Amino acid sequence: MTREAKPQDLFIDPIRVVNVGLETFAHELESLEVAVIHVDWRPPAGGDPQIADLLSKLGS
Amino acid sequence: MSVILNEVRPGFYLDSVALMRLSREIAGQPGIAEAALMMGTPANKEIMRDARLLAAPGEAAQGNDLVIGIRADSDAAAREALANALQRLTTSRASVDPGQGWRPRSLRAALKILPDANLALISVPGAYAAAEARKALRRGLHVLIFSDNVPLAEELALKREGRDLGRLVMGPDCGTAILNGVPLAFANRVPRGEIGLIGASGTGLQEVSSLIAESGAGISQAIGVGGRDLSREIGGIATLMAFDALDADPATQRIVLISKPPHPEVAQRIVARVAASAKPVTLCFIGADSLDLPKNARLASTLKQAAELALEGRLIGAGFDIRARTREMRIPAGRSRRIAGLFAGGTLCAEAQVLLLAAGRHVASNAPVPGASDLARAVTDSDRILDLGADEYTRGRPHPMIDPQVRDDALRDALDDPRLGVILLDLVIGYGAHTDPAGHLAAGLARRPDDGPLIVASVTGTEQDPQRRSAQVAALEGAGVLVAPSNAQAAEVALALTGEYV
Repeated sequence: MTREAKPQDLFIDPIRVVNVGLETFAHELESLEVAVIHVDWRPPAGGDPQIADLLSKLGS
Repeated sequence: MSVILNEVRPGFYLDSVALMRLSREIAGQPGIAEAALMMGTPANKEIMRDARLLAAPGEAAQGNDLVIGIRADSDAAAREALANALQRLTTSRASVDPGQGWRPRSLRAALKILPDANLALISVPGAYAAAEARKALRRGLHVLIFSDNVPLAEELALKREGRDLGRLVMGPDCGTAILNGVPLAFANRVPRGEIGLIGASGTGLQEVSSLIAESGAGISQAIGVGGRDLSREIGGIATLMAFDALDADPATQRIVLISKPPHPEVAQRIVARVAASAKPVTLCFIGADSLDLPKNARLASTLKQAAELALEGRLIGAGFDIRARTREMRIPAGRSRRIAGLFAGGTLCAEAQVLLLAAGRHVASNAPVPGASDLARAVTDSDRILDLGADEYTRGRPHPMIDPQVRDDALRDALDDPRLGVILLDLVIGYGAHTDPAGHLAAGLARRPDDGPLIVASVTGTEQDPQRRSAQVAALEGAGVLVAPSNAQAAEVALALTGEYV
């Protein structure tokens, strides 16, 4: 990043969404012609939330 | 004799809304008493056990396995329903994205396809939400967490990390935002305008933004910061960041902040930040008594008043004459003046309580505002004002905004109550909500007797929403419901019907 990121950056560019979870949200955004990509999410780490949490902290 | 049949699909995942739709479909088949498709987590298995849907195979399932539970009149009916469920599961997976063979399985892979994405919308089960949100933040995205049941410590860690990275963490458990005109999760189609909204309350944001839209004005942004953001533990991190952002935003001329009463220390911090702004600010802390405010701030006691202050005094629903509309209406003989509120929206429930309390009524609720009592301490003549979206009503079931059937049992009980005078309802439409909640409600009210309780409602949403507000209002009015222009006015109509509107 070349400059300090700020929350209001979000107000400048068009919203482009990565949807992780309920697929209906992705369909609704598509109907509004918003750029969206839906992640075919499954519980990671064999369904163990604690290991999933650890993996996210390790950057995985 | 009933038959319980289980089938377990190891490692098969489908999101909760898709599973609930499928469960309803299977449960509605001939000869089926009850059916549910759920991931085999301990909490879900308990729900299925309570519903007498769990046999030995289901008991052995793990959190990563899909469990199909069917209770039927006969073995043949159970097997036919199971075959249908399996068939539907196969097609739902295949139809997930027609025309696109491969779909990213991770956030990292998704960002290769949409590298300039700037927002992650996260609605996975609460136990996993923080992990997904953290990955998104570290890849430079702002995050909206729709999921509930995210541990408080995780929320705090995420919001601190977001603050360090200059990224907003919206939510959890407040599934509403409208960013650059785009409604996200549970939100309405609202025109762009000069008013910036910040809310620790999803339905509060929806009501205020919709009232602003219906009055002909618009909003710059609506930022849902999560129901716990103004708690002592979180300390208003997201609220203060959102305030900074709207304060710096040239398109935002006025700011509205909507929440339950914040923790006093957090309220002080918010008020200090408001005082440093040159913009007019409306604070709507539903149920709060009073607050020492700087010159640029005003306190609104209801959502309607918050919208009116933000609209610089323009009145909401000014043509709606409560006295004229209720003059010919009488609570049927033999019924009391008691009011039952059956709310899908938590803040709409709180707003109704505030207005009934202000009229001197005794109010009990499962989500009491200051001055109301807990349901367990309700007395005979208490108004019972229920938040049916609260955890105790939605355990293992969808939120009543997604599935209006969740309100059916409570509505039936209220209609059968021989003494009840008035039923007060909210309908929340928009993105994320049910496609026709008024149609569902009208069907449930169709064969009620003439001497039943009077029914009053409001519709939160706009004409541009997929359900169209006017069409929802017409369906309710066709079912004999008196529809007010706002939730606050619906509560005032109820007061007029009980003789307490001044």
